[in-house]
Amino acid sequence: MFPAQITYRRAGSVAEAVQLLSDNEGAKLLAGGHSLLPLMKLRLAAPATLVDIGRIEALKGVSASDGGITIGALTTHAEIAGSDLVQQHASVLAEAAALVGDPAVRNRGTIGGSVSHADPASDQPTVLTALGATFNVTGPGGDRSIAAADFATGLLENALEENEVLTSISVPSVPSGAGAAYVKFSHPASRYAVVGAAAILTVSGGTCSSASVVVGGVEATPARASSVEAALAGSDLSDSALDAAAAAVAGDLNGDPMSDVFASAEYRRAMASVYVRRALGAAASRAG
Amino acid sequence: MTIPVEITINGKACAGEVEPRQLLVHFIRENAGLTGTKVGCDTSQCGTCTVQLDGVSAKACTVLTVQASGSSVTTIEGLSDGVDLHPLQEAFWNNHGLQCGFCTPGMIMAANELLSRNPSPSREEIRHGLEGNICRCTGYQNIVSAVEDAAKSMGGR
Repeated sequence: MFPAQITYRRAGSVAEAVQLLSDNEGAKLLAGGHSLLPLMKLRLAAPATLVDIGRIEALKGVSASDGGITIGALTTHAEIAGSDLVQQHASVLAEAAALVGDPAVRNRGTIGGSVSHADPASDQPTVLTALGATFNVTGPGGDRSIAAADFATGLLENALEENEVLTSISVPSVPSGAGAAYVKFSHPASRYAVVGAAAILTVSGGTCSSASVVVGGVEATPARASSVEAALAGSDLSDSALDAAAAAVAGDLNGDPMSDVFASAEYRRAMASVYVRRALGAAASRAG
Repeated sequence: MTIPVEITINGKACAGEVEPRQLLVHFIRENAGLTGTKVGCDTSQCGTCTVQLDGVSAKACTVLTVQASGSSVTTIEGLSDGVDLHPLQEAFWNNHGLQCGFCTPGMIMAANELLSRNPSPSREEIRHGLEGNICRCTGYQNIVSAVEDAAKSMGGR
């Protein structure tokens, strides 16, 4: 399976990438290629030009920043899974990175590529939304930031303008005393999340002071489970409280759940409460 | 339109003029003539096209040749000198870790990276490390035994 004919340009810097995007109508960025190339083989995407940013060193790596960490857009899933800084500040992100695809996919796939692809079955958009991360982008007019929750605008659609480049992701530290977890029901062949659930629970004095719960894989974009969060606030995080909170996710999935030969909409909805419950259990056990 | 590329494969520089849409696995097989690396599912799921790209395992069906220009690739042919088998190859032989053999090059390349990161993995860790490689014949038991055996004979090498 070949992609359709393309023109290939390798960008040496972010500025050059922005310029190449502006000069070539319909051009797309290529990072690790693990989301885009499969789409191109299936002719679901057919950009005339690929602008390869894969060698821009400035976009790679994890660094400490004010109140958290900054992850370069080209940082691979394997690097995130193995990063001490990620482990210290937002270990749930490392937990999710280690569940992406398989070892070879994690070696090539990048966090920026994955989130820009905006596939709701990807793991990191769900976790980054729960963490309240910020996506930093550069375009012809300069830099701007987009909240993770606003980044995916639909199935495989994101908030980037055509000539903008996602350069890094700022992730606030999970507060000490909070417990966070990501669990997923992996598709057995592709390892994409049929359902993925991220939960961050902050506990003080034995009760839950705040909760952030997001479900991926079910709707077109990561879905915040507001009803689950509301049920958890002030609760003692006992097993029965978690059971009741997880069951409330049904009320948060009123949109149009995805459905395919592997998992119907009804099945995804049922699995959402199962996996939210598991995420809550794991997060609660790590809190305090 | 073609683009000049140069990729070091198994220590040898391989130059060519390729279409930008050419996949690395086809460059390895057709331009470099190394047919140990297979094309299986072509969707980065089955793993039989696994090679080492700049030191880490990668699925060569999901990398463009032009992306890899300037990089180093090791294929199954690069694991041994052609006389003595690599300990993983020896172990797959001894443990009957294959039947048809189509997945074997990818299995061995993936196992090679696994052992470089974790020289003495448990059977569970071997299964986890090979989850991107699919075998339709063996039922995996002998593959896991082969990797376990190779880990012992490589002794943390």
